Amino acid sequence: MLDIGLSHYLTLASILFTLGIFGIFLNRKNVIVILMSIELMLLAVNINFVAFSAFLNDLVGQVFAMFVLTVAAAEAAIGLAILVVYFRNRGTIEVEDINLMKG
Amino acid sequence: MIIQALAFWLFAIVLIAAGAMVVTARNPVHSVLFLILAFFNAAGLFVLLGAEFLAMILVVVYVGAVAVLFLFVVMMLDINFVQLREGFLRYVPIGTLIGLVLLAELVLVFGAWATAPDIGSAITAPMPAVAQAANTAALGALLYTRYVYVFQAAGVILLIAMIGAIVLTLRAREGVRRQRVGLQHARARRETVELVKMPPGQGV
Repeated sequence: MLDIGLSHYLTLASILFTLGIFGIFLNRKNVIVILMSIELMLLAVNINFVAFSAFLNDLVGQVFAMFVLTVAAAEAAIGLAILVVYFRNRGTIEVEDINLMKG
Repeated sequence: MIIQALAFWLFAIVLIAAGAMVVTARNPVHSVLFLILAFFNAAGLFVLLGAEFLAMILVVVYVGAVAVLFLFVVMMLDINFVQLREGFLRYVPIGTLIGLVLLAELVLVFGAWATAPDIGSAITAPMPAVAQAANTAALGALLYTRYVYVFQAAGVILLIAMIGAIVLTLRAREGVRRQRVGLQHARARRETVELVKMPPGQGV
């Protein structure tokens, strides 16, 4: 209980990752909350990276966590930009309405 | 030791609770605020793990930029969020089922994690002692030497994301009066100023 090891952090990251997936299922219609769930999942991955880096005494994990942060920031910016443009054109952000490219 | 353990449990429990609130909150603005709370607690965990630079990056980049971006979008789009929540409860059973299965798998894999005894030979970049180089300095020494090309690629990704976001959201609006420097410079004095001879006391 008081001896915090690697598996504690890994379990925490697993719970957070599962919460992200649960959020995607739960908010099937709301793109904004889906994007936030993806951010939660990326945060769980980062916790895994940093935990392994700390417990294996290897710095590369933190370097890769930084790249994950970069990609997450880019993804959020592009996703929200697409969302704003979509809302401007269609007046809604319901996921079920986003089917223009189905043909 | 006991303080570290207590801090871990505090951060972990608040992180999980905030994450759960992000996906279940009724109002998306509350979701974003809980996301900010989750990021702060993750930063606390990073500090606990000795990755203080990443913790600060998490606070600055995520709370300062990404979460505020989310907040702007949520508040500026005029969306009927009640309508978006229809069918929310319909997906709870399947979501819970898949989540529990995945969680069980992940915990079974990670919960019994054992590190190989000869892992020392596989370490790519051993972490220097804190007295030798702080976390930030060690990270920089690694990032700017061995991973410099990946670092540049990350910069290019950010640049492309920035240009993409601007290109996507920029629009030419009708009826906006802009400054047109060329027209301003092309004006001649005789077109704009006229000298009128005025006898005194009579008006124009």
